This record gives sequence, structure tokens and C-alpha cells, in this order.
Amino acid sequence: MFNQQSPFIQKATSVTMVMMLVMLALLPGILAYIFLFGIGVLLNLTIAIITAVVAEYFILRIRNLPVKLFITDGSAVVAASLLALSIPSIAPWWIIVIGTLFTIIVAKHMYGGLGSNLFNPAMVGYAVLLISFPSVMTKWPLTSSHLLDFNIAQQMEVFFYGTKDLIDSVSSATPLDYIKTQIFLDRPFDLNFTNGMPINSYLNASIIISLSFLIGGFFMWAKRVITWHLPITFLISLLLISSIFWLIDSTRYLPPFIHLFSGGTLLCAFFIITDPVSGPTTPKGKIFFAFGVALLVYLIRVFGGYPEGIAFAVIFMNICVPLIDSLTQPKVFGHE
Amino acid sequence: MSLIEKIFKFNGGINAETKKNISTLLPVEKIKIPKKLILPLRQHIGNMPKIKVNVGDYVLKGQLIAEADGNVSAAIHAPTSGKIKSIEKLLIPHPSGLPDYCIVILPDMKDKWIEKNSIDWKKIGIDKTIKLLLNSGIVGLGGAAFPSHLKLGSNRNNKIETLIVNAAECEPYITCDDMLMREKSEELIKGIQLVQELLGAKETIIGIEDNKPEALDKINLFLKEQSSIKAKVVPTIYPSGDAKRLIYLINGIKIPKQKRAVEFGIQMFNVATIIAIYRFIEYGEPSLSRILTITGNLHKPKNYEVLFGTSLKDLIKKSGGQINKNDTYIMGGPMMGFKLPSIDISVTKTMNCVISAEEDMIKEKKEPLPCIRCSKCAEACPVELQPQDLFWFSKSDQFEKAQSYNLFDCIECGCCSYVCPSNIPLVQFYRYAKSEIIAKNIEKEEADIARERNDFRVLRLEREKKERAERNAKRKLESSSGDKSKLIAEKRAEIADAMNRINKNENIK
Repeated sequence: MFNQQSPFIQKATSVTMVMMLVMLALLPGILAYIFLFGIGVLLNLTIAIITAVVAEYFILRIRNLPVKLFITDGSAVVAASLLALSIPSIAPWWIIVIGTLFTIIVAKHMYGGLGSNLFNPAMVGYAVLLISFPSVMTKWPLTSSHLLDFNIAQQMEVFFYGTKDLIDSVSSATPLDYIKTQIFLDRPFDLNFTNGMPINSYLNASIIISLSFLIGGFFMWAKRVITWHLPITFLISLLLISSIFWLIDSTRYLPPFIHLFSGGTLLCAFFIITDPVSGPTTPKGKIFFAFGVALLVYLIRVFGGYPEGIAFAVIFMNICVPLIDSLTQPKVFGHE
Repeated sequence: MSLIEKIFKFNGGINAETKKNISTLLPVEKIKIPKKLILPLRQHIGNMPKIKVNVGDYVLKGQLIAEADGNVSAAIHAPTSGKIKSIEKLLIPHPSGLPDYCIVILPDMKDKWIEKNSIDWKKIGIDKTIKLLLNSGIVGLGGAAFPSHLKLGSNRNNKIETLIVNAAECEPYITCDDMLMREKSEELIKGIQLVQELLGAKETIIGIEDNKPEALDKINLFLKEQSSIKAKVVPTIYPSGDAKRLIYLINGIKIPKQKRAVEFGIQMFNVATIIAIYRFIEYGEPSLSRILTITGNLHKPKNYEVLFGTSLKDLIKKSGGQINKNDTYIMGGPMMGFKLPSIDISVTKTMNCVISAEEDMIKEKKEPLPCIRCSKCAEACPVELQPQDLFWFSKSDQFEKAQSYNLFDCIECGCCSYVCPSNIPLVQFYRYAKSEIIAKNIEKEEADIARERNDFRVLRLEREKKERAERNAKRKLESSSGDKSKLIAEKRAEIADAMNRINKNENIK
């Protein structure tokens, strides 16, 4: 279409460019994953991206939408990557495929495609997997320092065949999971040594990954892909909430730093809740939304039935977005 | 920190490439009297002026040829001496591309003035001065073309404290105000003093973007230390030249859409308008010419001082013609201007800039993607609206919702479209929604009038029916109360009488 009306000039970061910047921002996190957990992450990412693009292609054909225009927007790649990074690196391939298909077909296209999905697609995919395959989804590998003998061939084996013995020998529950079980069984827990694995080792790995996502987050903030409202509010809220509980009873509640540096908290802060489509648009709304997610994440982690609450917290807050937006409309220039 | 240093930054705005330097290399060129001048009657906001000349008349430079019709109107004067060739419908600079009434003058090249009289406004008083200004033909030369006498008379209902001179010129490419300030700075300052006195304002602040250091230096040369006139440098952020945005930048007052600046004791004039007012009061010269930027995709982009009515095509030829031939021209700036349907038009009071379209302005627009609610538009909106919501409501024809989200506060500055990652032509959607709402309101008004008339008709019919019934009842009452046989007898007597008269007449025959 010929540009018939003003403005006649434009300078915008295209949707494709925005998605590419997000992918670029994920890179430090991905590298940290590979460094700590081996190339399983890379396999997950590859299969997720391929599944997503293929699914997107067929859905676009079925829906009679311009394939080239929508497949190059990059949103499917980002959603698939976020899902892949949320799934344990020792998950078998079909887990990734099912999750990705759900993300693209159900959560994205059945709700109308790009720009119309009510819920964060990656989190819908994750929630479906978590409910359907809880045992696979809660087993994370021990960091590489403890599985030097877990070589690439074995990783491939796990990836393609999901060999159970192999998984058991290299995996563990996360400290969040372990401590919740201990509290549930009314047993005391030892923070220094969880489930046969020194927590320091776990924490070191978590901190490295968290910091890598933090770097990516700063990059996106500097490139003005995201604003500070969502991540900063989320992290501060989680810090405050976990501190309050910890101060009340430090024998039952985990110290705040474990909450901040585990279970993909940083990934959630910078990459998950910043999904613009399913999130709020007003600055104040972003603050309410992020606080809501933080509160729910904490409650689900500590009192809920699942070790990790991010997916459910995000999906629940997604439902509240229209209400949040309409209640947080900023004042228009000159209006009282 | 004094007010003159503090900047009240409005939300968002954009930092577009200004492209101003391409048309400021050469000084303003004064164009000689052309062979023909075409003066459209509609060059301002308000009523079309009444034609005061006939075809064949000889007119002098500055002679009134069309008189302001009512208070919201502006006059038109002969830009030079010559003969009225015709009064006909010709193309005018308007996006519709429809012809409108124009007066065509064939100059005699003598450039003979009418008798010019300066106005001693202090002696005749402000009211009389404003009456004279009604037929000065001066309108806002920044592009809005609002008759200036109305703005100068605004202090009668509201006390004006501050005069703000709009020298921001925030749209890319446009440099006519910049060049005017560089070349006519002394006259501008004199004009500001005059307008400030006319308004009875205590102080004047010249709001100028920081991308015009030459103009600022020139102005500062003529500003005295303790003067009530001050220049305030504002950052180069489009749309800083929008009246309400500039007022906020300067003194931190946010004026909503429904209110006018005068209600806050502020009046604003564009620099070119100030000089036009000055020349009218000081020398008795009506509005006959302006400075105009011809820029963009041309060999010699430049500013020209031209008589109103000069052919635009000739000016473009003078600027060396297009580098890349695409025959597309934009009047005004690239953010808020419009595509000219043709360049076979003449220079008018509203024409501040004509841009020969660059490649990126006319290239095929990228296919728009769905809105991803990234709220980049909200970050850029200088009115602090939520463009993504307005877009959604406009697109789905939820006009009431759009209105409740303050659609009509939108100034159509185009910042939202400029930053949209999905290439959505947002402003077009708002224009569509606005025009639909306005059309619906007119329809509703008409329907209301029709309903009122119908209600009245029903009422009238009922009343008439009632009156008739009353009359009949009355008659019935009369006839029943009187002696019926007596009435019949009377009638019979009357008939007999008439019969007698007829018989008599026949007998005579």
C-alpha cells in the first residue's frame, strides 16, 4: 500500500528485530546452561525451534494467513526457546515436541495468533507438561562437575530414549522441591546438603545462570525492548515477600537469596513476564502485574502442590490483565 | 533554578532526523513578481471572505480584494498592482484535490502601493485596532491559519500574563521560521514588544529548539539584559512546537484539549505571524507574502520569500527540480503534512513548507502485523494516551469506548505510527474513528431535530383534533339546547326567501 497519509516517515524497531534482540539477550543464559549442564540444552532448543517453525508454517497455511510475513516475525522461535529453557535439560525429545506443539497451536494460534493470545504461550506449554509429566519435569541434572562421566553420547541417549537409569544417576530435585518435601514430611532440613548434593554446588550453578539472564535483561533494557517496571518490581516483590516469611521463621522458610536465584526466577523476571502480548500495557499496571506474579510464585512454591510456581502464577495474572489495564489508565495530558 | 532554565519535559515524543540543514545553506531568496498570481479565497480557518473586485478592475499593491465575512474570517489583498484577470474555480492546496474559488491577478510589474498608513494603536485604542486587524489578512503563519485578530482580542475576556512566541519549528525539514529569525531578528523583537503591549502581557518567552543556534544567537543580540522578553531553549523533541506541548515545556502548565491557553493567561504566536502584525501596525502593510521552505528530494533546497499566489511549480523548478523523479510532494512537515494532489497550485498563507518526497516517504509500506501490545506508542505519545487501546477500539468500531479513552485528545502528531514495530498506520485509525463519531453525532443531531419536529406535529395534530372536537361539542350543545323546529323553520324561511328572489329576477327578464 502506498503511503497516502501522514506521518510519511517512520523509524521503528520491527517485530522481527525485537524478537532477534530477545534471542540475542538469551544467549548468555544459553551458554551458561551448556557450560553447566552439557549440550542437552542445545538439543532441547533445536528440537523446540524446529517444531515451532514447522507447526507455525502449517497453522498459517490452514488459517490462510501470509506465511512469509508471520513466520519471519520470530515470535514462534522466542516462545519455543523460552519453553525449552524452562524444561530440564535431561528431558526426552517428545516432551519438548508436545510442549512446543501446545505452545504454538493451542496457546498461540487457537487464541488468534500473534498479538491475540491471552496467555503466555511458553508458560501454557510448560504448565501442560508439568501437569502431564511431573516426574520428568521436576528432575534437573546435577551440574557438570558431578557428572564428568555423563558424556555427550549418554546425553544423546537420554535425549532420544529417556533412559531412566541414566537419568536417575545424574539428576536431582531442586532445593525448592527438596525442602518442600522435608517440610511436608515435618522433617528438619539441612541447607548445606540437600538430597545428596551440596547446596553450594547447586547455588553456584543457579547464580551463574541467573547472572547470565540478568546480563541479557540489562541488554534488553538498554535496547529499550523492555522497561524496568516488570522485572524490577517482580524481583523486589519476591525479595520482600520471601524475606518477611524467612524473618518470621527461618527454620521453615528458605532464605530470600535461594528464591531469587533458583527455579528460573531471573528468566521469569526478564523474559517470561515481559511478554507484551499477554501482559499489561500501562506502567502502573506492569507494577501490579509483577507484584501479583511474585506473590503467587512464592505462595505456590512454598504452600502449593508444585515445586515451581512461575507458570501458574503467570497464567493466573494473565487472566487479570484486562482488569489491571482498565484500572490503571494513566492520566491524559492536562486531565485532572 | 529560574523558570527560564527549567524544562518541563512532556511524555514521549520522538527524535526524528531533522534534515533541516539541507535547506539552510543558502539565504532566503526573494522571488520577483511573477506573471500571474492566483489567490484562493479560502486560505484560513473561518468564513470565506466576500469578493470586493470585479474582473477587469485595476488593483494596487495592498488593496483589499476580498473582505472578511464576519469575525471568524480573514481578508485577502492584492500582493502587487495589476489587473484582475478572472475569478474562477482553480486547484488549491488541499488534500481533497478539489478546485475552489480563486482571484487571478495579472501584475503590471509596477508594484504600486496603496496609500500606507501606520496605525497609532495607543491613540485609537485596542478595540479599534483589532477591528482594523480584522481586514489585515493576517492569519497564523505557522500552518494553522487561525485569524490573528481573534487571538489579539483574547485579552478582553481573559487577562493575558504571558506571551509565548512559538519558534520551536519541531517538524523535520521545515526551516522557514529558522531562516526568518536569522534574517529578520531585529524586526521580530520589535514585533514581539508590540504584540506583548497589545495583549497587555507582562512577559514574553520565545520557545526555540536547541537545533537553531544561529537563530538563537541573532535573537540574543537584540534582547536586552533586563528585558521582559526572554528566549528559552527547549530540547529537540518532536512535537515540541505543538502549542500545548510548548506551553508545558516552558512553564509546566498542562492544558487539556477542551481548554484554551488564554484561560491560563497565556497567548501564543508564531514568529512569522508576529512580524506580519508588526508590519501592519507599523507600516500599514497587510499580509502579502511569506517565507516558504522548498526542500527534500531537490537539487537546490532553499527558503523563498514569495508573494501569496505565486505558482508552486515555478518555485520547484527554481529549486532545480527533483533528483529522483517521483512527482510526489508533501505540504507541511513529514509528520503531519499531507500529500499534494498536484503542484499546479499557488502559495497560500498556510504553506510553510513543501517537501519533494524522498524515497523512504513513498516506498511501499511494509505489511502491518497485528499489534503486539508492546506499548511503544504509549511511551511515545505526548498526550499520554494509550494508543494501543485506542487502536483496538477504533479497529473494532467501539467508538464510545474510544471516546471514553479520550480519543479526541489525540493531536494526530504521528509519534505512535512512527515508532510502531508492527507498522500499523495508527493515526489513520484515529482519523477514521473521529470522523465516524463526528458523522454519527451530526446524524444524531439531525435525528433529534426530526424527532422534535415529529413530536411537535403529533402534538399539534392532537391539539387540532381536540379543538375540533370541542367546537363540534359546542355546536351540538347549542343546537340541542335551542328549539330544533324553530331552527328548521328559520332555514326554510331563508330558502323560501331565496326562491322568491330568483323568481323575481326571472320575471324581470
